[in-house]
Amino acid sequence: MSDLQADTLARGESVLIGEAKAGNYTAFEELVNRYEKKIYRLGMNITGSPEDAEDVLQDTFLKAFEHLPEFREDSRFYTWIVRIAVNEALMKLRKRRSSREVPFEETEDQDGEILVRDYADWKPNPEQLLAREEMEQILRNAVQALPPGFRTVFHLRDVEGLSTEETAQLLNLSIGAVKARLFRARLRLREELSKVLKRG
Amino acid sequence: MKCRNAVNELSNYLDGELDEELKQTIEAHLGKCHHCHAVFDTTRKTIDLYCDGKLFPLPEDVRARLHEALRRRAQRV
Repeated sequence: MSDLQADTLARGESVLIGEAKAGNYTAFEELVNRYEKKIYRLGMNITGSPEDAEDVLQDTFLKAFEHLPEFREDSRFYTWIVRIAVNEALMKLRKRRSSREVPFEETEDQDGEILVRDYADWKPNPEQLLAREEMEQILRNAVQALPPGFRTVFHLRDVEGLSTEETAQLLNLSIGAVKARLFRARLRLREELSKVLKRG
Repeated sequence: MKCRNAVNELSNYLDGELDEELKQTIEAHLGKCHHCHAVFDTTRKTIDLYCDGKLFPLPEDVRARLHEALRRRAQRV
């Protein structure tokens, strides 16, 4: 997106937010239409569960609706709802951890050096060699194989494009911990994909 | 530069967070080392595959339930 397009979108969004704050539900619905797909994807990436992702989606927009008068517009609307969505998704993980012992924190941050076990190059254009559904299944399996704490950092940094500092603040982690998790998440995802996509 | 040192800087390199001198040292290593070049290149491809936005599409029934829940909430105001 060009700077001009982003600026036009932001100004259009500001009008929608003003109308939604004034009680125009259609304006709020238009904001939902813009970001519902991304918030669902965030919920799926972090929780790994369609049921939890649906709850994250609903709870995020219900909270956004309730708290819209408190949104001061000193950040983008999307940044504001991403914060709500991440908190909702993390709450889901915590609940699941207490009931099913799924770890969010991984101790691998302290494991020191990470070893690359597979130096293989990939086949050219893997996304064109595989059927779309097959490729999506491979990507889903790989991201779900990551510990939740790693895939949350990966999603926020590489998919949402948040900065290291924003991610650290949102997850209450140090900058170093965010960088370490991102590094390990990227390498582990690559290794998972390499099992299927490598040459030969 | 050893492969181990290059790989340790992979993430910082992909994020453009290295100073010019270290960046050039890594690029010189990547020019000579096929293994590290493959790791850097396929890690970048990994990120690209996740960012193309096609993963986890929003199912239509989930979307319908979201809008229904929001409409019900709005009617209560």
